[in-house]
Amino acid sequence: MPGYADPGFDTLAIHAGARPDPATGARAVPIHLSTSFVFESSDQAAQLFNMERAGHVYSRISNPTNAVLEQRVAALEGGIGAIATASGQAALHLAIVTLMGAGGHIVASSALYGGSQNLLHYTLRRFGIDTTFVRPGDLDGWRAAIRPTTRLLLGETLGNPGLEVLDIPAVARIAHEAGVPLLVDSTFTTPYLLKPLEHGADLVYHSATKFLSGHGTVIGGVLVDGGSFDWERSGRFPELTTPYDGFHGMVFSEESTVGAFLLRARREGLRDFGAALSPHSAWLILQGIETLPLRMERHIANTEQVVRLLAEHPFVARVGHPLLESHPSHALAERLLKHGARGAGSVFSFDIKGSRAQGKAFIDTLKLFSHLANVGDCRSLVIHPASTTHFRMNDEALAAAGIGPGTIRLSIGLEDPQDLIDDLKRALKAAEKAGA
Amino acid sequence: MFIDVHGAPLYAYTGGRPFDAARPTVVFIHGVLNDHSVWILQSRHLAHHGWNVLAIDLPGHGRSGGQPPASVEQAADGVLALLRAAGVARAALVGHSFGSLIALEAAARAPAQVSHLVLVGTAFPMKVSPALLQASVSAPEKAIHMVNVFSHSTLCPPPSALGPGTWLYGSSRALMRRVLASNPAVNVFHTGFQACDRYAGGEQAMAAVQCPTLFLVGRHDQMTPPRAARALAAHGRQARVVEVEAGHALMTEAPGEVLDALREFLTA
Repeated sequence: MPGYADPGFDTLAIHAGARPDPATGARAVPIHLSTSFVFESSDQAAQLFNMERAGHVYSRISNPTNAVLEQRVAALEGGIGAIATASGQAALHLAIVTLMGAGGHIVASSALYGGSQNLLHYTLRRFGIDTTFVRPGDLDGWRAAIRPTTRLLLGETLGNPGLEVLDIPAVARIAHEAGVPLLVDSTFTTPYLLKPLEHGADLVYHSATKFLSGHGTVIGGVLVDGGSFDWERSGRFPELTTPYDGFHGMVFSEESTVGAFLLRARREGLRDFGAALSPHSAWLILQGIETLPLRMERHIANTEQVVRLLAEHPFVARVGHPLLESHPSHALAERLLKHGARGAGSVFSFDIKGSRAQGKAFIDTLKLFSHLANVGDCRSLVIHPASTTHFRMNDEALAAAGIGPGTIRLSIGLEDPQDLIDDLKRALKAAEKAGA
Repeated sequence: MFIDVHGAPLYAYTGGRPFDAARPTVVFIHGVLNDHSVWILQSRHLAHHGWNVLAIDLPGHGRSGGQPPASVEQAADGVLALLRAAGVARAALVGHSFGSLIALEAAARAPAQVSHLVLVGTAFPMKVSPALLQASVSAPEKAIHMVNVFSHSTLCPPPSALGPGTWLYGSSRALMRRVLASNPAVNVFHTGFQACDRYAGGEQAMAAVQCPTLFLVGRHDQMTPPRAARALAAHGRQARVVEVEAGHALMTEAPGEVLDALREFLTA
């Protein structure tokens, strides 16, 4: 496809990384379900292994279908390249272990996805990597938590569960003053609504399981490097700036001025930890990305209608979406997101004026909303944390986690908005009756 | 490695092998707002197959100290001084874009020091539009964007310098930003463009070149179109033109084809 001419987002979502298959003419991206790729000669094999030529060797390290996904997400984020991983958690893990080992320290937002909190709070501590959690809006807290051993600042574009918007430009400045990069989980916004790299973040990752794939069919992740962080100037990253015995003494920052992180992440992280994405999963995610702009528009349009309904409903105590001026992140969302605060995603929570039992009654009455533990599906989803993910907690502990007995989390899908509204109205009525 | 040239440290990537002046030497010279890393695959390969590689950061660019060259002629003198400082009697010079003019001028000035000449993505004259020249000073981010758009020809490049999953448009932009930021005292974007724009000696230099010359041309190059390269090649005595399926950034858009052409030429 000659003639690159500065295409827009929607065009990149369909074309970046893909060309008609030269062998067959297939226009859609072929699924290369092959573990390995034949060498043209012994010489070429040796050159591929020694990074004198670029190509595919073994699908744990790279694969042609995955490479299309990697180029496409990198294009949409404005990065220099990407690595597809087995899950969003694998992408986060790959980023961390590329940047530090035992003794390393992370400063992270306290409003992270539960799985990320588990990784940082429990699992990585066992491996000698410590994390300090700070409230995402507490800029002084971010600054104060940085230590000489800090190697990374980490946050989510929209915090969990309250959708506190991360002030990426401000947190990036704090990170860069300290000589460390900012990694942002952009799962809830996708590059369609927010491009963290444009606001100063250095690395971005996604659970592609959610909006990128968009259909609740596949687990996957993507890690993108913006190529903006100067590892040598920082002086904190010998993993990237000194000879690596695991690859013939290669100095990654010398090899590539802007791509040292990606080189090591693939050459060490994928090679040794092995959390590679299946090419079939990569293909499913690509199918989703092709309609990402259309779907995200519909997600946020439906969400706006649902948020307005709930905000005015007498049985609803609180709606936690930045769309509402009462939300603490409303102004920041207006500033950072495409479409302003309307673009603050389609996953949010609200509180009904009721008990745990009424929360359960609400869930059990819903017909269109599926009760399950996922978000970012084309189907609308619901979960009642007090009776599921957080059921072991008493009301006091729930409150500390920002969750009430009547807190409900919704992920708004692509159905007719009136049908969603009717479903929610019925369930709210049933919940109200259950408390009578 | 760093080599002292005219009292300033000049950085040269040696392809992952120690420098050995006894082996045949290839010097890689990058273009405007680039550095040694645009040649990674080709330079690493040659360094592991019997050549001595010096992929430089031009003075005042990236890791190199010194003043950025104000003209092609000054830069060419710098390359020849590098060879002397490194103890290299004769070398192949491979240059891209601005770097191709530097290599050409150096080969014309010191024929005895140059064994082969490879001009990648070249043209003469290498005029830069007044709008772009101006933007390189007043709106460098906008100018980087323009150069990037004109330098790339495809939305689906093959696996490249960072391996599969590289997005060349993004990596090129990040590199240009980094090189621009590497010299807070002098706008190397503008000095480079100005040197290209003002260079007037291309045809005479081509006629003075005595070594075999390879023109490596991107079929879809919008910065230095193939016809402009062919016009310059017509002034050479031993010039060969090879076209590859790529735009101006052909080392990264077609890394294998560029390497194959280089190897064939250097070993012929």
